[in-house]
Amino acid sequence: MTQAKISIQNLYYTYEDGIEALRDISLEIPANEIFVLFGPARSGKSTLLRLLNRLSDLDEGSARQGTILFDGKDVFARSVDVSDLRRRISMVFAMPTPLPGSIYDNLAYGLKMAGIRERSELDRRVEQSLKQSALWGEVKDRLGASAFALSGGQKQRLCLARSLALEPDVVVLDNPTSGLDPISTATVEESLYTLKERYTIIMVPHSVQQAARVADQAAFLLDGTLIEVGEAGKMFVQPKDQRTEDYITGRFG
Amino acid sequence: MNRQQTNRLAMALITGVAILVVVPIVLVILFVLYNGIGAINWEFITAAPRNGMREGGIWPALLGTIFLTFGTAIISFPLAIGAAIYLSEYAADNRMTRMVRLAIVNLAGIPSIVYGLFGLGAFVLFLEFGTSILAGSLTLGLLTLPVVISTAEEAIASVPQQFRTVSLSLGATRWQTIRHQVLPHALPGILTGVILGLGRAAGETAPILFTVAAFYLPNLPHSIFDQTMALPYHLYVISTQVPGMPLEIQYGTALVLLLIVLSLTLVATFVRTSMRRRREW
Repeated sequence: MTQAKISIQNLYYTYEDGIEALRDISLEIPANEIFVLFGPARSGKSTLLRLLNRLSDLDEGSARQGTILFDGKDVFARSVDVSDLRRRISMVFAMPTPLPGSIYDNLAYGLKMAGIRERSELDRRVEQSLKQSALWGEVKDRLGASAFALSGGQKQRLCLARSLALEPDVVVLDNPTSGLDPISTATVEESLYTLKERYTIIMVPHSVQQAARVADQAAFLLDGTLIEVGEAGKMFVQPKDQRTEDYITGRFG
Repeated sequence: MNRQQTNRLAMALITGVAILVVVPIVLVILFVLYNGIGAINWEFITAAPRNGMREGGIWPALLGTIFLTFGTAIISFPLAIGAAIYLSEYAADNRMTRMVRLAIVNLAGIPSIVYGLFGLGAFVLFLEFGTSILAGSLTLGLLTLPVVISTAEEAIASVPQQFRTVSLSLGATRWQTIRHQVLPHALPGILTGVILGLGRAAGETAPILFTVAAFYLPNLPHSIFDQTMALPYHLYVISTQVPGMPLEIQYGTALVLLLIVLSLTLVATFVRTSMRRRREW
């Protein structure tokens, strides 16, 4: 196997209130695959995602041990430009949150903040990212309309497109199909298959079923501990750990 | 009395009290309007006082108040925005922050005459600005800070947290996030606070008493280092210091002052409502 895109080594994370959200997590996330993190609520999935691009910096009073290497470099090193890191490891939240403004404004926002001003370049990235997230056809004639006028599923894809416009290396998705109907869910899942050719995708799925459908690699988290990690094809058919089996067969969670 | 009757009685009482609050303001406006409207004409607004202020108009005082209001805005707007951004976006919950907040609360409770004396000591004498528009504006600016800072902070806090998180996650820096996501949406609220503060400043007498206001100065000011007449002080002077002053001119002056303050409040309300209507989330 080639060098992992992201390598998490003995990661511990404790919030201000003393809750230990992650305990001794070690993971290798390979490039150009869909890596799924699944587990019951409060198992530490979202915490782990927020650490990847250091959105965890916003948590006051939290404590971390261990390292995360991105292309072999420590993301917590002093020399790291956090803005740049967040453009390369781009995150889509569970709650689709458009920023106030037009669809175009939303897509161009990250680019403008990165100092890209050329209209032609902005236009190109906006169009490309909307196509990648399967939203282009629906909005191409109203890019100037308010992003809040979109439907729930469209907002979700808008947020995905907004991340893709940055042309990141890694796309981090926290439950990208929450609150979506089955058809929109299928649209999003299909675009993920195409996207992994260009991007490394790390995702918290909506359900175990979705995890099994889309994952190349999977990791099962429980109470902040990594229970099992491996090829999704094997894991969802023949889990090694009893707790993983109990969870995916629906005995708890 | 059963529950329904108690309910009706409570509603009646509460409604009555609410109406009672409106009565004094309406009475004051009607009273001043009734007594002062006769004095208002073009000459009253645009001419200088004559004959020991018993005739003529109020133009130098009106213009002075306009200058002072602008001066106050120029001073309190940047200070208040800065302080509000610091308090709501940067300040950690520590002793320093709590001290700043305590200072703001206490600043609001200081009597206006004390501001006047402070302005005299600090700006007029120590900084040697003399009794001038500059010294008066600085004093009034300080006086308005607490109300402007609190409204600005509220406006900044009302911008949803997710917008900040999303902006940061898209690689914006903290300042870019404030500049592009927080401030544009908080600005109308901040402006509301500034205008309310100006309404207060425009009507104050004590802070300008020693710092800028002239008893009688028919010439218009030429620079920010000049003294000027101002409406509240002028009203005080013609009501208490000038014997044989026609009542109509006193009430006319009061009416103009009242209109300035009320229209500032009205503008603030308008800005606030139009902001609410434009808000998309």
